[in-house]
Order: sequence, then structure tokens, then C-alpha cells
Amino acid sequence: MKDRPRTQDFDWMLMGLVGVISAMGVLEIYSSTHSSGMAGMQWKQIMWIGIGLLGMFVISRIDYHTLMDQAPALYLIGIVGLLVVLVIGYSRLGAKRWISLGGQTLQVSEIMKLVIIIVLARYFTEVRTERLTLRDLVKVGALTVVPMALILKQPDLGTALVLVPVAVVGAFLAGIEWKHLAIGFVVIALLVPLGWNMRNHLKPYQQQRIQTFLHPEEDQRGAGYQILQSEIAVGSGGFWGKGFGKGSQNQLGFVPVRYSDFILAALAEEQGFIGVCVVLLLYLGLILRLVDNAQKAKDKAGMYVVMGVTAILGFHVLVNASMVIGYMPVTGIPLPLMSYGGSSTAFVFLALGLVMNVRMRRFVN
Amino acid sequence: MAAWSGNDQKIPQGRLALFSYLSVAFVVSLLIGFWKLQVVQSGHFADLAERNRIRYIPIIAPRGALLDREGRVLVDSYPSFSILLLRDDPKRLEKTLPLIEEGLGIAHDDLQQQLDAAKNEPKFQPIVIKPAASEADIAFVESHRADIPVLELMMVQRRRYPHGEMLASTVGYVGEVSPQELEKNPDKYKPGDIVGKSGLEKQYNDQIVGTDGMRRVVVNSVGKMVRTLDDVEAIPGKPIQLTIDYDLQSVAEQEMADKEGAIVAMDPRNGEILAMVSRPTFDPADFAVRIPPKEWAALNADPETPLLNRAIQAQLAPGSVFKIVVSTAMLESKAIPPSFTAYCPGYAVFYGRTFHCAEKEGHGTVNLHNAIVRSCDVYFYNVGQRLGIDRISYYASSLGLGRRTGIDLPGEVAGIVPSEEWVERVYHHKWYAGETISVAIGQGALTVTPMQEARMVAGVANGGMLVQPHLLKDMQGLKTDSFPISEDTVEQITQALYGVVNEGGTGAALKLQNVEFCGKTGTAQLMSLEKNSTLGLGKGKNSGWFVGFAPRRNPEIVVAALVQNTRLFGAETAGPIVRDIVKAYYDKKNGILPPQPSTAQNTAPLSEASQAVVVTQGAPRP
Repeated sequence: MKDRPRTQDFDWMLMGLVGVISAMGVLEIYSSTHSSGMAGMQWKQIMWIGIGLLGMFVISRIDYHTLMDQAPALYLIGIVGLLVVLVIGYSRLGAKRWISLGGQTLQVSEIMKLVIIIVLARYFTEVRTERLTLRDLVKVGALTVVPMALILKQPDLGTALVLVPVAVVGAFLAGIEWKHLAIGFVVIALLVPLGWNMRNHLKPYQQQRIQTFLHPEEDQRGAGYQILQSEIAVGSGGFWGKGFGKGSQNQLGFVPVRYSDFILAALAEEQGFIGVCVVLLLYLGLILRLVDNAQKAKDKAGMYVVMGVTAILGFHVLVNASMVIGYMPVTGIPLPLMSYGGSSTAFVFLALGLVMNVRMRRFVN
Repeated sequence: MAAWSGNDQKIPQGRLALFSYLSVAFVVSLLIGFWKLQVVQSGHFADLAERNRIRYIPIIAPRGALLDREGRVLVDSYPSFSILLLRDDPKRLEKTLPLIEEGLGIAHDDLQQQLDAAKNEPKFQPIVIKPAASEADIAFVESHRADIPVLELMMVQRRRYPHGEMLASTVGYVGEVSPQELEKNPDKYKPGDIVGKSGLEKQYNDQIVGTDGMRRVVVNSVGKMVRTLDDVEAIPGKPIQLTIDYDLQSVAEQEMADKEGAIVAMDPRNGEILAMVSRPTFDPADFAVRIPPKEWAALNADPETPLLNRAIQAQLAPGSVFKIVVSTAMLESKAIPPSFTAYCPGYAVFYGRTFHCAEKEGHGTVNLHNAIVRSCDVYFYNVGQRLGIDRISYYASSLGLGRRTGIDLPGEVAGIVPSEEWVERVYHHKWYAGETISVAIGQGALTVTPMQEARMVAGVANGGMLVQPHLLKDMQGLKTDSFPISEDTVEQITQALYGVVNEGGTGAALKLQNVEFCGKTGTAQLMSLEKNSTLGLGKGKNSGWFVGFAPRRNPEIVVAALVQNTRLFGAETAGPIVRDIVKAYYDKKNGILPPQPSTAQNTAPLSEASQAVVVTQGAPRP
């Protein structure tokens, strides 16, 4: 029997939060670009949001159980897609991240984020016990590491890292044992110095980013410039902000990619601490609302899907906001719903489509 | 429904709740982070943002012009462009460097050297890579604004020398303020300021320097100017008027063109310097931009010392010109009767040593008048011996030798008037009496500058009024040293100096029609090779002197000329120079001065000159 989704169960509260955040993003994109050669960018972003909403509607109609049935196939398609990118991908700024699809470029790794949510949700659902064995953990790790490695190869460290929280949050909810969790932290703690020794194998730009993160003051006009300019933008905004369209760091182009990865810096400068509070609280509201959806999911499968989405969005917000204030290195992780970008905006809406999908089926049997 | 799915499992509400709490904690810690930047440190970052955004661009004030006594421009300023290299973006810089080198014709090594030199300067500080941009350079920058955005034009003010090397040693040159000066006057100067380094440029720097203005502009992240916030206009420096007469100066420059030495022409009534030349000299335009270190070293190391102003810095034996001083001492001290005569067989023996006269055959019996007219050394050996060194030294000092004349130029030297006291102080031994004989004809340890010579002769001719030579037309607080000389003495000596030129004396070839031209020749042998090299006087040859004035009584012009490194006598080298300048003075006075051939493009009168210093604002064009 086919489940019938219930339109009255559509999460209007969630959509309200998404709408406000997206609107603030569009406004800040307008403010950042209207006096530059990129004027009019906000219309493109609105178009991406429109496309995203459409995709969200479509994906919410397909029962997530159906999607999870196809998890192995989806996983395979995702991996092949990533391989295709590596072979015939389209290079931009020294990284192969895109494939050309009917005149548009598509970032396959964004699709992989959706795929990993569904694949891991299915895996965790299949565990069925209250405890995750070490064996399970290794399998989850393997499922995650393969696409990560392919994305790292592009190279795109940021997106590769985004897959990690899906696995971690999933494992946590699936009943990871505290001792495993503790071992995990220890392993990571040991891997950091090992990785540090391996840093010579990283791409020069990645080495530079790490170096810059550790010693931003040493190269104020090189890579540390971005973080420093971002901090100046945020700090100089003060409590009340400089006003819409009046942030000098933003308007004069001192803030790097101010309409995209550093849009929060641009907003912090023009809207001040107050603006930042509003935005971060909106995101917190969004996250809590997503968790609420997970709590009210019909089954564990639904919960894993929702929490996969929540983990990715939360990770994005946390890493992006930390980067803007210099607490984390520049990894190229955009702020969901606010940063300009086609693939990333589409991903967020598709991911929210999965959430709607689960929500609208919570009373359906 | 798929086999893997099912409702049989409970949703882990506890862990979900934990996730929620964790989210709240993360957001709170992020907010704390933002609070630190935006509230705690907001002042600091606001400063940094302002520093990013606002650039201060000096509007360079032009230095005041130097005008001659009739308001003709000798030196002025003109606006010019410097090409700046923005170093904000190292990657872009690296990419465009080859283009810049080719487009502006700068050698790769030169540019690299400049970049290396500025390595420790803050990156947002642009460096000047081409201080005097040609029109082609400016066109290059303008037409490549899009593809070479690291170039910028800055308007600056430069010194213009319309007459080339004319008066260069006296005017001096300008250059960037040195770190030492900067340290001494941190309120007065800022790095990169152009200040006078020598000559009048240094002496009157404070008068002619303008006050730079300041433009505050908003720049974007690549350092491009977006808009101007406000301007503080530059106040141009005031022009100063000199006592120099461009016409006489031109004549003097031509006279010295291929010679080595100096000329001073002065109005003996008030000390106004009418012309002043030192050769060899330098082209001040070399300094107007930025003198390359190599050229600077070459100028400094040049054995002909082009940077020396010989009119006030060459100190050498005056030779027979000093006989004017000895004559004055003889007549004024009354130690020897005015009618004193001596027999000159061509030599004389004192203290067991033979001293020769310039005239080998001898002058026979000569009195004071003839001794001056024919420059008889033996007569003055005798006078000198009878006077003694202390009397000679007293009169020499009283007539301004051995001390600075007080001319308004930096670096004047005092020369030496030897005396018993001096030799004991400096050499710690007693005075050798034989040395007095040498000093009596202007040799020995005695050294003077051309400026002192002119002043001394003027002083004797006008009865002991020793004026203060000066170059600034309306100089205040002039000090005249008075050393009254009796009318009889003045009459006798000026008659003799008239005779030098007009009675078949050593300057007989210099006679001028309708002008009471008087003067004294001098030919000094150089003291020692060692002394030569320290004075930069070249290989041991003669220094020819002539000091002339006119008219005989109450003279209006006195000219001292020195021609160095010559085998000829002063009468043959320096004499014609002085005569020509005195002639030019009278020709001008009588309105028949032939027009001066001038290399100058600009000898504008005062009215135009003041237009020439209208401030032009200096700032990069948007």
C-alpha cells in the first residue's frame, strides 16, 4: 500500500525560518554586490531558491522509504559520479569539482551529501539493536571514507569533511557505546599530529590554509589576509552595525567572497552583533525544529534521514561562523541558505525536502 | 514496505535532546566569539577598518622659486608625475612585473632591487618606481589601468633649472630628507619630504618650503581610489629674491665655462652678490628627481670636486693680491714711512735663504706705488720683514681674512691667517722668521677664499667698511665690520691699484675705456701636493688670481676671480674674466649690454614667475 503524504503536516514553521534566513541572505548578497561588477546577483540567488523549492517539493513526494530502498544504487551512482568528475571534470580555480550538464555545471559532491544521508540512514536502521558494534562502526566508516577520499582528491577538503558529521551523529543516535566514542576521540587526537606530519602531501593551498590558520598575523596580505579582513569586518561592525550597504570592508571588497563563504562577515559588519544574534538564533531555531521533526518521525529510518540533514546543516553553520571569526581555517564551507551558490542552495532545499518527506508521513502507515 | 524498515524500534529521545543541548551550546559559544570581536574589540577593529579604507595622499606643495634681483626666474618648480607601484597583491604584482618592465623601460634588476629595498615597509605603502614619468609613461599607465592595476600616478613637485648649471654650486640641490634630519626634527619633516641639501636651497629651506596639503581618499581592497573624502590644500612655498644679476651671472658663467675656479662679483657698498660661479659644477637637475647611488658616488669621488662651491670653500694662497693687505698694514701701522723704497735685483736674502722676485731681472729701486703696480716681491719681502708677522696678521684679520665673511650660505670656510700664536697652537713650535717673508707676498701658510678676497679689496677701497656678503635681496640684520682706514692710505693704495691696470702694470692688458678699473693680480704657487688633494685642487699648478673693482674711489662693483690648475699668471687667466664682468656691469648700467645668449627656456619676469608657482594638486587620478 502506498503512503499518502498529508499536506496539512507540511512544516510551515520550518519553512518560515527557511524563508526569513533566505531573505536575509538575498538582501546581504544585494548589499555586497550592488555597487560592483556583480550587480544583480541577488536575482540569480532567488532563481536558485526557486529551483530549490521546486526540487524540495518533488523530493518530498517520493516516499523516503522508496529512496532508502534504492540506497545501494544511489551510492553507486554517487561514487561513479565522483569518479567521472575526477576524470572529465571541469576545473575552476585549480580544483576539479564540476561536471558540465546541459550547459550548467553541477557539483556532484553536493549530490553525494544527499546520498550519504540516505545510505547511512538505511545502514543505521538495519542495525536494529540498541548498541552499535565495532564491526558496524567500521562499516559506517568505510561507507563514509570512500566518497570522502574521492572528494578530497578533487580537492575539496570542506565538502569531504561535511560527510563526517552525518556518520558521527548517526552513530551517536544508533547507540554508539561511550567507550567507542571515547576511543574515536582519542584516535582523532592521535591523527591530528600524524596529519600534521603528512601535511607535505597536501596541496599547497591546503598547507597555506593550515599555516594561515595557525599564524594569521605572519602573512597579512597573503592567505591570512582573508581571515584578518573577515575579522576586521565583523569587529568593526560593532554592536549595532554600520547599516545596510554601508560596511566599508564589505562594499570596498576587503572581505573575501563576501557574497558567498564570507556573507556572515558582511552581515556582521552591516548589521552588527544584533544582526548576528538574529541570524544565529534563526539557525538555532532551524536546527531545533529539525530535531523536533526527528523526534516526531514515524520510524527510526525517518529520524536518521532528518538527523543526517540536521548534522550537515549544523556542521555548515558551525564551521562557517567559526571561520568568519577566525576560530577555524578557511575550508570553503558556505553558510546554508545565505551564501550565494547554485549547487549549495539546491542541496539545502533538497535536503529540507527529505525532512518534509519524513514529516508528512509521520502519521501515515 | 522494505524488509529493513519497521516501527519496532524506539526513537532515542534522550540522545536527540542531548543533540539539541549541544546545538544550543555551540550557538552560545559562537555568539561569545562574535561578542568578543564586535563588542569587546570593536574599537580596535574599527580602527583597522578605517586604516583599510582611508588613505592619506599628500598634496605636495611646490618649493618657492629663486628669482634674480630683477625678478627673473633662476630656479622654480613644476608639477610632474611619479609612477607608483601598489604592492598589496603579491600574486598580481608578480604577474604584471614583466609587462611593467617592458612598458616603462625599467631594467628587471633595478625594479627587483627597489622591491627588495622596500621589503620591510608595510605592504600597503606603494613604492615609487619611476620618479619622473615621461608622457609616454603616463600614457602607458593610463591605457593599462585594467590589465595592470598595480600602477598608479602621483603628482609631485620638482625643481626646474631653466638655466642648467648656472649658479648650481650656490643654489645647491634638493633631495629626500635624510634619516638623521628626520630624527632631529620629527615634527618638521616626514619621510620622503624634499628638502634643500646644500647651498641656498638648504640655507633658505624654511622660507621657500611650502606646506603640503593632504587628501583623504577612500580606497578599495586593491588600493584603487574610490572617492575623495576631503582636501587640505597645499600652501606653495614663497619665492625668494636674490641679489644675483642674471645678466652678470650669464657673463660670469660663460667666462668660466671651460675653466676651473671661482668668481665672486659683489656690490662693495652693501655686500650684495651680483654673480657667483664655481667650476667645475654639477647639473642640479640630476638631483631633482632622485639621484642614482652610482652617480652620487661618482660626484663625490670626482677629484675635481664638482660639489664644492669654490667661491666660499676653496682656500688657497692669495699670492700677490695679499700685497694690498701688507700695504695697508705698512701705511696704517706707520711702522714704516710711506716713502720707503727698496732696491730689487731680482732676489733678496733673508735669514740665510734666497727669496726670488717674480721679475728675474729685478725692478731696480721701487717705492710702494711701483711695487704694487709691478708687483715687486722684493719690496714686500722687506716690508714684511720690518712689519713682522703679528702686524701682518693683525691687519689681515681686521680686513676679514682668516674668518668667515658671514655670507648666507652653508659650509663657508675661514681660511688661515698665520701668526705666532697660531703656529704655536697648531704646530707647537715657535714662529720661523723666514715664514714672514713668504706670507708678505701671500704665500706660506696663508689661505683665503675668493669671497674673502672680494670683501677685503672692497673694504680697503671704501675706507675700511667690511660689508657682509649676501645673496638674499632683503636680508635683515646685515653686519658691517668697521675697520677705519685713513683717507691717505686709501688714496695711495687705490692709486696704485689703478696703476696696475692703467699705468703699464701687471694688468696693463686689462684696461677699460671710460672706466676707472683698478685691480691686483696674483699668482699663487700651491703649498703642497697633500694640501692640494684635500682641497681638491688637482695637480700642482698655479692658481691665478685677479681682484678688480671700479670706479677707483667709492667703487660700485668688485670682482674676484680665481682660475686654478693653470701654468699662466693671474693677469692672463683671471684678469680678463674680471675685466669682462666689470665691462658688462658698466655696459648694462649705460644701457648697451649686448643680449645674453641664454640656454634658458624661461627667463620670465616676476609676474609670470609667481604664476609658475601656483599650486597644482598632487594626487593619483581616479
